[in-house]
Amino acid sequence: MYASTVRGLLVRGMLAGLIAGLLAFAVAYVVGEPPVDGSIAVEEAQAAHAGHGAVSEEAAEEEAVSRPVQSTAGLATGVLVYGVALGGIASLAFSFALGRLGRFSPRATAALTAAAAFTTVYLVPFLKYPATPPAVGNPDTIGKRTTLFFLMILLSVLLGIAAVIAGRRLAPRLGNWNATLTAGAGFVAVVAVACLFLPTNDDSVKAGFPAALLWEFRIASLAIQAVLWAVFGIVFGVLAQRLLAPRAANTRPAVEQTAPATG
Amino acid sequence: MAEAVVSASVSTPSVPVPAALPVRTVLPWAVFVGLLALIALYFVGAEQGATSVFAGTDVHEWVHDGRHLLGFPCH
Ligand SMILES: [Zn+2]
Repeated sequence: MYASTVRGLLVRGMLAGLIAGLLAFAVAYVVGEPPVDGSIAVEEAQAAHAGHGAVSEEAAEEEAVSRPVQSTAGLATGVLVYGVALGGIASLAFSFALGRLGRFSPRATAALTAAAAFTTVYLVPFLKYPATPPAVGNPDTIGKRTTLFFLMILLSVLLGIAAVIAGRRLAPRLGNWNATLTAGAGFVAVVAVACLFLPTNDDSVKAGFPAALLWEFRIASLAIQAVLWAVFGIVFGVLAQRLLAPRAANTRPAVEQTAPATG
Repeated sequence: MAEAVVSASVSTPSVPVPAALPVRTVLPWAVFVGLLALIALYFVGAEQGATSVFAGTDVHEWVHDGRHLLGFPCH
């Protein structure tokens, strides 16, 4: 019974992730592609101007998949796989959180899970290592930048889980409100200290890259993720509520059925 | 399990709080699906960047725009 519930939640999480991915793709195509194209134009202009070996090689590499394909089918593949994969993970995080966070309905638990995932998987890592458009970074440091980025996600997720557990432990003593504030403050404090001590990506943006274009790209990236997680939270909340609500409503008859057996 | 449901419904009869799913039921799903999802995310976010499972740049080029816009370090 419980296994089928978890499986049902997983399927619904992946479906909600797919729907969220479709909307996020629409946002990415409309507001994300113009700054990506702009950055590639900057890259090509620099390559043409300087005739720099490494840069022109990179520009040639870009031809392997044409720009119209990268900005449609390629972009859709990336965003949809991201949506489905994280939708699946989020539905399992929800399965752990359900009934353990306090007096929250499945729908409210789904919204909290989505907000927590957006914050820990994207927002916190973004604040330390923000998204960079094509042509901005130094190809020699991709290994270091990738390691730091994934390390930041891992750290942020683990700290988030620790904060939730700490909050639940403190709740009986401090009350729900103060326990949540205390755990939240602890999360922010530890994240701030981690951001201070983790190395910065000095070379993630090349000097002279247009600041307005960089800003436009980063806001677009933020918008894509905000839409992805908002849609996921709402859609998964509806689906999870529908799956779990009949069970919650049927608990009384179920208890009555077992009662005569014991009596 | 039944006890948890009863105590939840007794304290707030208007809003039934869902019973928690047992950790031992969720855990195998979480490990298995988590692993598959992380592999999928690796191919979207990092393959043929810092590390490569397949030679060439086709995977990188195909998901290139998504990789940048989703926030992954690319090039
Ligand atoms: Zn790139």
